[in-house]
Amino acid sequence: MKENIKDMSRRAFFKKVGAAGVAAAGLASCSGNGNPSGTPGEVPADKMTYRTNPKTGDKVSLLGFGMMRLPSVGGRSAREGNEEIDQEMVNQLVDYAIAHGVNYFDTSPAYCRGKSEHATGIALSRHPRDKYFIATKLSNFAPATWTFEGSIAMYRNSMKELQVDYLDYLLLHGIGMGSGMEEYKKRYEDNGVLDFLLEERRAGRIRNLGFSYHGDVKVFDYLLSRHEEYQWDFVQIQLNYLDWKYAKEINPRNTDAEYLYGELAKRNIPAVIMEPLLGGRLSNVPDNIVAHLKQREPELSVASWAFRFAGSFPDVLTVLSGMTRMEHLQDNIRSYAPLKALTDEEFGFLQDTATLMMQFDTIPCNDCKYCMPCPYGLDIPAILLHYNKCLNEGNIPEHSQDENYRTARRAFLVGYDRSVPKLRQANHCIGCNQCSPHCPQRIDIPKEMRRIDEYVERLKQNTL
Amino acid sequence: MLRKIRQILAILFFALITLLFLDFTGTIHAWFGWMAKIQFLPAVLALNVGVILFLVVLTLLFGRVYCSVICPMGVFQDAVSWMSGLRKKKKYRFSYSSEKRILRYAVLALFIIALVAGVGSFVALLAPYSSYGRMANNLFAPLYGWGNNLLAYFAERADSYAFYETSVWLKSLPTFLVALVTFIVVAVLAWKNGRTYCNTICPVGTVLGFLSRYSLFRISIDAGKCTSCSLCSRKCKAACIDYKNHNVDYSRCVSCMDCIGTCKHDAISYRPAWKKRATEAPADGQQAAVKETSASRRSFLTATAGLASASLLKAQEKKVDGGLAVIEEKKIPARAAAIVPPGAWSSRHFLQHCTACQLCVSVCPNEVLRPSGDLMKLMQPEMSYERGYCRPECTKCSEVCPAGAIRPISLAEKSSIQIGHAVWIKDNCIPLTDGVECGNCARHCPTGAIQMVPSEEGDPESLKIPVINTERCIGCGACENLCPSRPFSAIYVEGHLEHRML
Repeated sequence: MKENIKDMSRRAFFKKVGAAGVAAAGLASCSGNGNPSGTPGEVPADKMTYRTNPKTGDKVSLLGFGMMRLPSVGGRSAREGNEEIDQEMVNQLVDYAIAHGVNYFDTSPAYCRGKSEHATGIALSRHPRDKYFIATKLSNFAPATWTFEGSIAMYRNSMKELQVDYLDYLLLHGIGMGSGMEEYKKRYEDNGVLDFLLEERRAGRIRNLGFSYHGDVKVFDYLLSRHEEYQWDFVQIQLNYLDWKYAKEINPRNTDAEYLYGELAKRNIPAVIMEPLLGGRLSNVPDNIVAHLKQREPELSVASWAFRFAGSFPDVLTVLSGMTRMEHLQDNIRSYAPLKALTDEEFGFLQDTATLMMQFDTIPCNDCKYCMPCPYGLDIPAILLHYNKCLNEGNIPEHSQDENYRTARRAFLVGYDRSVPKLRQANHCIGCNQCSPHCPQRIDIPKEMRRIDEYVERLKQNTL
Repeated sequence: MLRKIRQILAILFFALITLLFLDFTGTIHAWFGWMAKIQFLPAVLALNVGVILFLVVLTLLFGRVYCSVICPMGVFQDAVSWMSGLRKKKKYRFSYSSEKRILRYAVLALFIIALVAGVGSFVALLAPYSSYGRMANNLFAPLYGWGNNLLAYFAERADSYAFYETSVWLKSLPTFLVALVTFIVVAVLAWKNGRTYCNTICPVGTVLGFLSRYSLFRISIDAGKCTSCSLCSRKCKAACIDYKNHNVDYSRCVSCMDCIGTCKHDAISYRPAWKKRATEAPADGQQAAVKETSASRRSFLTATAGLASASLLKAQEKKVDGGLAVIEEKKIPARAAAIVPPGAWSSRHFLQHCTACQLCVSVCPNEVLRPSGDLMKLMQPEMSYERGYCRPECTKCSEVCPAGAIRPISLAEKSSIQIGHAVWIKDNCIPLTDGVECGNCARHCPTGAIQMVPSEEGDPESLKIPVINTERCIGCGACENLCPSRPFSAIYVEGHLEHRML
């Protein structure tokens, strides 16, 4: 603590802040590094757990930084509306992450209205190239980009935006979405794009080639069946304690993470984990779940359970978290610096928690905004999240005779107008269904819109 | 003492009536909605015999206390005049003037002719209560709304649902301008000469003035005690005390009781007429230099453009994730007949009874009602559905209307009153223009008047378009408002001249 302050580099400064946090733990106030969630304030700078990539020997931090939920200017949470990315804050987050041992950064040409790669490039280019690994994707949202030329252009543009001449990790984006097999073939095989990427890997411009998977399990199985040929270096899957055994129950068109992980482990393919927290649905949970988790570990955050769950699997290379705020980052670093692996008993405890959560009728939206923009102006994630929020807070009355009917009704309706502008509410959904194919969780969005609209009508007309 | 009672009552009435126009939650109306209903002109238009009799008897007993206490326009002028009197050496700034009788009765005659002839805009221009209502709705309500929104802003951050945001919007420019001009003219008159408006222009003032000549209780000057100091005349905002002759013009006295305390010799008292006969003031109304409320008479037509040129929101191809599509504002379609609220019976009935006080416009929670820009019914409300539609759980306008222009109806009645019918515009319909499934109009029709049928006859797989059963349509505008086609909806409501019970 009493080193020469003049010589302190930026990174050393952050380490210091971390050390100061250690020193100040237990003190009443610790500015800058204070902890908002009430858990111990320590954010260790040098205790990060690393996993080794069996092919390249990369030491990858267990916490990976997802660049999908970057902060926007205006101080609003995450990426509401059409606000620009807050580059200043992105830089701060990236600096802090690197100073605390995080070295895996995952982005895509589609994220944040297509601006994530650019922002990530700016933030990372301020650090030595050997201090971080970049993962980006060959995205598949617009059929206009499905040509060979369009794909190459997208790939080259990623390098340009990220200001690098090689990519550490490249993924085929969202395999299994849309029409499944047919879309995969059209997008990556028939046009020769996959062959091109394999060639790029041989040339060393792509160090690891893999794919991210959502949706139709046939495509997942098909790609793994050709592992001999393609030699996948890693695969990105959705894994968390709710999806471990219940993904299929939540939506029959999805696949349990237990199966996905098992298939990868069988082949010794490292797994990169996405949605460990389900876009916050495993941190913002109903009150009784909070109590259930906190009773066991009063000082740990609700989110830390989800991170420990995902990190405890040995073949997991890194766990991605889309961190919008410094507090998210700090809390997640705490969970993995170092990882305290789950015991078998704790594993069972989380399975019980998942069972408990299944009783709630939560809509499985993770606020990834893949469905947006809705051509008819709706703010789909905001509508779904408002519904989930009211569900968590007990503000979804089932009957007008309910004890809290009046206050719950007011909270729902007033909150609805606050969360979603009137013209972007569910009653404007025309059911064109252009959104659903983009949903990684395969939510039947028009159906949910109608359900919420009808519920709102009944609240408004007092006919519940 | 009498003055204090008058002041307290006046403030009470004034504040609560103003709140009727400001409150958008409906709580004030539940308790004090009657205050609008005892206003003279609305009661006359509503043929509310009880209220009229009460006001006539009240005036015959106590003089024009109505003008001093119940009428918000009168109290508003008193407030302005009071502020004017706070200036140095302006406390006793009035002087006696003779009655402008010809002018008063001429205006009244014109007013009655306009009323009978159904020139609603002229009636609305002169009626005191509606003039005040327009001022409150157009000038005060926005301030109140913004204040509320500020509280809502903080409430949202405090996670409280105590306040919610309300939208403040310009409902009609002509009406706003009329309200502004009325405000300026009346305020200037009151600032300079007190009750000039009430005693020269106001038709209600003239009618009540006629009655108050014979009122039972009235102020009178004891000639024995009076020293002709002129203080009472200079204090009288109605300019009705002729101190030289110890006369009071009771047709203009609004029983404000200001003079009683002003007299240092105790010569003025409020007492029954028979105790001391007062001779009538000589009537010589000659010079009539009255500033008339000069509202611009241009024909303000609703802003409409050709339906054919409607540019449609085209579904954009999705390339990246996130972001919000731009939503174009809806424009008002050209309606052959204006839509008036359920309970109005017919546009003729509505035209004859509405005083354009804007109370219904103030309380409409769905932003449907707004003042008309049509010259013949300028400022009288009409409905349009670009911002919202006439929701099934709401009968607010019919609850608050003091003039009987919108009769009280129940929710059940409302759902079966046909105020108009929907018309389909093929060129704008999304399934045909964008090639996507829609049916949002049919889904939201409260009476099930819209069905979706295949656009290609004989091809059940073709995209479906709406067809309207006009027999079941009530004209609520849910379809028009929720139609995704912008700026012009593919389905809009035509008003009916005569409403019909289904």
